[in-house]
Amino acid sequence: MARVVVTLPATARKGEVIEIRTLAGHEMETGFRRTELGVAIPRDIITSFRCTYNGVEVFRAELHPALAANPLITFHTVATESGKLEFRWTGDKGYTATHVAQITVV
Amino acid sequence: MTRLGFLFFALWLAAAGARAEIPLAERRSGSEFMSPATRAMQDDEVTGPAALWLLEGEERWNGKVGAVGKSCADCHGDARQSMRGVAARYPAYDAARAQPITLEQRIIECRSARQQAPSLAHESRELLVLSAWVARQSKGMPIVPDADPRSAPFREAGRAAFELRQGQLNLSCALCHDRYWGRSLGGAPIPQGHATGYPIYRLEWQSLGSLARRLRSCTTGMRAQPYPAGSREAVDLELFLMWRARGMAMESPAVRP
Repeated sequence: MARVVVTLPATARKGEVIEIRTLAGHEMETGFRRTELGVAIPRDIITSFRCTYNGVEVFRAELHPALAANPLITFHTVATESGKLEFRWTGDKGYTATHVAQITVV
Repeated sequence: MTRLGFLFFALWLAAAGARAEIPLAERRSGSEFMSPATRAMQDDEVTGPAALWLLEGEERWNGKVGAVGKSCADCHGDARQSMRGVAARYPAYDAARAQPITLEQRIIECRSARQQAPSLAHESRELLVLSAWVARQSKGMPIVPDADPRSAPFREAGRAAFELRQGQLNLSCALCHDRYWGRSLGGAPIPQGHATGYPIYRLEWQSLGSLARRLRSCTTGMRAQPYPAGSREAVDLELFLMWRARGMAMESPAVRP
C-alpha cells in the first residue's frame, strides 16, 4: 500500500521560490533489527526519491537506514513555468509510489 | 506512637492524598511539555505523520465490508458531522454489556454485529485508522466524560488503579503524573498524563497507537503486569483518565515523543 501526501501551492508567480512538502507512508524497516527469536528482519526501506518539473529533475534524494518511518521530505524550487511536477519514490521489495501535481505560474 | 500521634499521621496522609490531585486550572496537555519541533509536527495537519492514517481512515469509513455489504458511512453518513464530539465522551456506558466500553470496543462491536465483518484486533491498523478518523472529528472540542451514573463505580475502580502502587518499582500512575509532573525522568519531562490526544502518533513507536498501548507501555516501565487489551481494568483506567481530563481540548490524533 503506497500512500503519499504532497503539498505545494497551486499557483505561483514566475520566479517565486515555492516550498514542496512530501510525505510517504512507509515502515522504513532498517534491516538491523531482529525478532524475539534472533532472526534478522530484512531491510525494507525507500531508497530513492525524485521530483521532476516538466520532465526536468529538480530534486533527488537517496535514503538510507536510520531514517524514521513515513519520511517527510521538504524542499524548494523556483516556479518557472506552468505544468506538471512528478514525484517518484522507489525502494526495497519493489516499492514504488508516484504522485503528479499541477502548478500554474502567472 | 501515641494514639493521638497516629491520628495526626492519618489525617496528614489523608490531606496529602487529597492534595495530590492536580487543580483543574493547573492541568496542562502533554503537548505543552514537548519540544517546539514535535509541536510543529502535531500542528501540521496536512503533512504530519498522522495524516496518512486519517486518509486511510476516511477511505475505510466509506468502504463497504462484511456480509451485509455496508460501510460505516451507509449508517452514520459523513463522519465530519455525525462523529463530531463522539470521541470526547468515550469510554461510555453500554447498557447491553452493563459496563463502559471504549471507542475502539464500540467500533469492533459495530463491525462484527452490524456489518457482520471479521472482527478487528486491538491495535490492528484497520482499527487504528478508523478510531483516528472518528477521534479527529472531535479535535478542539472539550472532553465531556460519561455522565451516566452507572459508570461511576467503574470510574472509581479506575481511580483506584491510578493510585495503586504496583510493580517492582512500587510506583503508581498518580505518583509520577499527579505529584512529580514537570520533573524529569531519564532526561524527558514527566507530563501530567492527560489522555487528550488518542490515538497518538508516537515517535518512539514510529506509528499510531491507542491509549491502551500507551498504558501498557507505561505499566511495563513500572515493571508491573500490564492490563490486557480490552480488559475491564484497562477500560476503567481509561474511563478515569478521561474524567481526569474533563473539559480539556481534544487533540486527536496527537503527536508525542
